[in-house]
Amino acid sequence: MRPIAVTINGRVHRGEVEPRTLLSDFIRTEGLTGTNIGCEHGVCGACTVQLDEEPVRSCLMLAVQADGRAVRTVEVLALGDDLHPLQRAFQDAHALQCGFCTPGFLMSLDVFLRRRPDPDDEEIREALAGNLCRCTGYLAIVEAVQAAAKALRGAAG
Amino acid sequence: MKPAPFAYEEPRSVEEALDLLARYGDEAKVLAGGQSLIPLLNFRLARPERLVDVNRIDELAYIRRQNGVLHIGALARIASLERSPLAAARWPLLVEAARLVGHAQIRSRGTVGGSVAHADPAAELPAALTALSASFHTASQRGSRTLAAEEFFVTHLTTALEPDELLVQITVPPLPSRSGAAILEHARVHGDFALGGAAVVVALAEDGSCARASIALLAAGPRPQRAAAAEEALVRGQADLAEAAELAASESSLSGHRRALAAELTRRALTVSAERAMA
Repeated sequence: MRPIAVTINGRVHRGEVEPRTLLSDFIRTEGLTGTNIGCEHGVCGACTVQLDEEPVRSCLMLAVQADGRAVRTVEVLALGDDLHPLQRAFQDAHALQCGFCTPGFLMSLDVFLRRRPDPDDEEIREALAGNLCRCTGYLAIVEAVQAAAKALRGAAG
Repeated sequence: MKPAPFAYEEPRSVEEALDLLARYGDEAKVLAGGQSLIPLLNFRLARPERLVDVNRIDELAYIRRQNGVLHIGALARIASLERSPLAAARWPLLVEAARLVGHAQIRSRGTVGGSVAHADPAAELPAALTALSASFHTASQRGSRTLAAEEFFVTHLTTALEPDELLVQITVPPLPSRSGAAILEHARVHGDFALGGAAVVVALAEDGSCARASIALLAAGPRPQRAAAAEEALVRGQADLAEAAELAASESSLSGHRRALAAELTRRALTVSAERAMA
């Protein structure tokens, strides 16, 4: 077992883990169950979190590798009942049905829109390619991203 | 699934890593970005006794230019290469290749060295580096070696790396003047490994004829496949771009649809490269 200290959403989480413990499992056992585990081999994107401002698959990282690093999970987006513009756009556009994939989409898109505040459709589709959704057929998600981008640009301006 | 238990080493320097590999090389696997190895561990298709995690060896995470040559530390992330102004200005083929690797969530962790050492014959960076005549630098306590792509890539998922060796750096020579390069591939779904593709570099002589051509096919054999006969035919003026592309595909073991795909993608990559060389 190894002692680790991972900053998740601004708070330090200390734990003792086996080296083989995946970051996704560590995050969830810390009570942050918004991060969902789908395929566990890096295909579905449901477990996407941010590591030092980069989107990463938390099932393809060991928890020990996050020792001393800063992780952001979906729980960081809303401020109390006040949803993040991306979350509000997903709700408004019906960009989710079962919602299992949604946290991964949100954490990927949060980084994407910070880097590309005014993306075109093709860029949005490429940005979505690393996350699978079996319910929506993606069109509503593309609409939600456009709406969120607009809202975020408004908030920034 | 979850990985089987393993011993875990986290060297902070190349020296420390080489010491660990000298001691445990046969039973150890090097863990870099983990985007290929960790799925194998999760599926328990790989059950190494020990992992030597090189992610904290900061001295290997660089992309810089020295004496005109591009130096890529083995731990440079694929996302760093994708966003490198240096690569964009002088080796744009590498930026194009990096963009085709998986998804943003893979490129953020995946390393250039890891992609190269994993040696998947359908991977983009090994093909692009082969076309660019890159050199692969290894280190071990026994000494260091510098290998060309043809020596480094042995076969499917196999390189010339010995169990006690670490890939530490990749160098890419400068491109000749009036040259152009391109990488094109076809995958069923964006981000998947390609069904076919070609990385191409073309350099033109003063008179506009082809002075040098370099063609590396991906997903066309057990390793990045140089098309030597097609390159020679182009330089000797014995083939136009379409004929050279057909010849390149015929040098592979592909047949049917995959062969037609390789030929067409090579033709397009050659055409784009030639246009860029003239621009």
